[in-house]
Amino acid sequence: MKIKGTLVVDKDRCKGCGLCEVACPSDVIGLSKEVNKKGYRFAYMVNEDNCIGCASCGLVCPDGCITVYKVKLS
Amino acid sequence: MANNEIVKPENLVYKKPTIMNDNPMHYCPGCGHGVVHKLVAEVIEEMGLQDKAIGIAPVGCAVFIYNYLDIDWQEAAHGRAPALATAVKRLNPNKLVFTYQGDGDLAAIGTAETIHACNRGENIAIIFINNGIYGMTGGQMAPTTLEGMKTATCPYGRDVKLNGYPLNITDLVVKLRGTCYVTRQSVHKAAAVRKAKAAIRKAFENSMNGKGTSFVEIVSTCSSGWKLSPVQANKWMEENMFPAYPIGDLKDIDTLV
Amino acid sequence: MNEEVRLMKGNEAIAETAIRCGADGYFGYPITPQSEVMETLMALKPWETTGMVVLQAESEVAAINMVYGGAASGKKVMTSSSSPGVSLKQEGISYIAGAELPCLIVNVMRGGPGLGTIQPSQADYFQAVKGGGHGDYRLIVLAPASVQEMADLTALGFDLAFKYRNPVMLLADGVIGQMMEKVVLPAQQPRRTDEEVVAQCPWATTGKTKDRKPNIITSLELVPDKQEENNIRFQAKYKKMEENEVRYETFMCDDAEYLIVAFGSAARISQKAVEEARKEGIKVGLLRPVTLFPFPKKPLAELSKQVKGILVVEMNAGQMIEDVKLATNCSVKTEHFGRMGGIVPSPDEITEALKTKIM
Repeated sequence: MKIKGTLVVDKDRCKGCGLCEVACPSDVIGLSKEVNKKGYRFAYMVNEDNCIGCASCGLVCPDGCITVYKVKLS
Repeated sequence: MANNEIVKPENLVYKKPTIMNDNPMHYCPGCGHGVVHKLVAEVIEEMGLQDKAIGIAPVGCAVFIYNYLDIDWQEAAHGRAPALATAVKRLNPNKLVFTYQGDGDLAAIGTAETIHACNRGENIAIIFINNGIYGMTGGQMAPTTLEGMKTATCPYGRDVKLNGYPLNITDLVVKLRGTCYVTRQSVHKAAAVRKAKAAIRKAFENSMNGKGTSFVEIVSTCSSGWKLSPVQANKWMEENMFPAYPIGDLKDIDTLV
Repeated sequence: MNEEVRLMKGNEAIAETAIRCGADGYFGYPITPQSEVMETLMALKPWETTGMVVLQAESEVAAINMVYGGAASGKKVMTSSSSPGVSLKQEGISYIAGAELPCLIVNVMRGGPGLGTIQPSQADYFQAVKGGGHGDYRLIVLAPASVQEMADLTALGFDLAFKYRNPVMLLADGVIGQMMEKVVLPAQQPRRTDEEVVAQCPWATTGKTKDRKPNIITSLELVPDKQEENNIRFQAKYKKMEENEVRYETFMCDDAEYLIVAFGSAARISQKAVEEARKEGIKVGLLRPVTLFPFPKKPLAELSKQVKGILVVEMNAGQMIEDVKLATNCSVKTEHFGRMGGIVPSPDEITEALKTKIM
């Protein structure tokens, strides 16, 4: 059984600390080149297909910007 | 399967707790306060205690915690949160009463209030964020600043001849008979966050069950004060703070640790 | 408990009355000459009868911050101390005033400065009346002159504290605290239920229910416009107190050509001095402020038109005299007579001062 996860990042709440990027075991997350309205580079999925929905990124996010979803694919 | 097909309520595995509102937090990027705030909110939500929770905010970076978590709050004078909490809990024994304090607040100016609340065994939870520095005032030496660590008021590094030794107040409160649960946690990795949440939950349960004072230290970072990136700060914390402030339970009357 | 006539110390009367008017909590630290307040409470064990919490704190600072926490949850709470202890409490009092919380603070004054003496004094007038801690704020200050007033003003103090959401100080001195007199204690009032606390104090931290926003008790406001708004609101409240809460007593003022102004135990002694002077044919009266803030400015201004001179008698170096001069706009000769360091003036000394200083 395969698991497929995904994230929704509240990009204007994100401060670009990069802790989610380090916490991700599957190298899904990176920081954007463009900046949000506060001037921060924000987290986004660079590698969508690798996300397993483990929520490590959400857990370590200090600003509560990341919502995580996952489904089991049979 | 496309992402927009996964983003459905039934597939949700993690989101910001609803008790944490949408006000943007004033903390620097990567600050541990945000994670601990989330954990406090999650535990209150999961225990169904929003209408019973009374938090006591400190003076320090977390002074504005009351803007972020939708529960009733009292903003204490610097270091006095355990005194406020003492009265609130004694006058309202069915409420969840907790303090949220930093190292300067709890272990310097509020040492007496901390020690005596713990010693009386007040049925409160104390959440203690230790990042070894005064964040809000701009990175001065804290009681918990490590030996040799540079801050704005020990620019050549903490010299124990001049400034004394780092104060390990968590080890001190272990010895007090009023404490029922003393633990040291961190929030720098997903697994650590889960453990820290379990610790906060236990502390809140102890408060509601009248077991005595629970003391949860969270060893944390201050990337601005330490002059490191958030990622570097976590690494520095593991290498330097953890040896001085080792992670784990120090006392639990339930299991006699 | 019904209304009851008893013989007791002023300090004991405070404790008895606090329980009887349904106080929820007392937090204190032992200091002479007021330790009987907490001792009486501990002996009476009100936690077994009314449910009132009584706790000996680790410090004066902790005690006032316990009062802050308790008041913030809508409870009827108090502390008591004496001069050096009240200095330590000033931080907490400023926060309580800034957060607009009701509470009763008793100061049974002793001589200072510093550790000073344990003997009676009125040297904390400025501290009590002009603010005490940092920031622009006022306490309602009540000055009892008898054991009966220790009881009555304790009850009134709680009422005014809740009426204005403001700390009230009962400013007594060692004489009133330690002396024994007959006192009529009020009948027992029940403590408010949780529902009554919520109804009376919708602002209090009683736990956020679904029907309201979080209640936040704070004195912090970093936006200057908003903090100025807060200050303007405080000042408006203090003005209301000045309009509505002035309390004072006069004695033999109707035909008075001279006036003594004194509060607390100094007023009792001054009353005797007035009686003695009257025997000598000196037409002198006494005005005794019961509220030191708000100060009885109007009656003083009125009397200043009638009399040829005012003697302000205080157990200090001359503090209330400044407020007397402000109230009368210095329109009449006004002199001070005081003893310091724990010395209580005698009626003869006061009569003599009256003759030499203002006649």
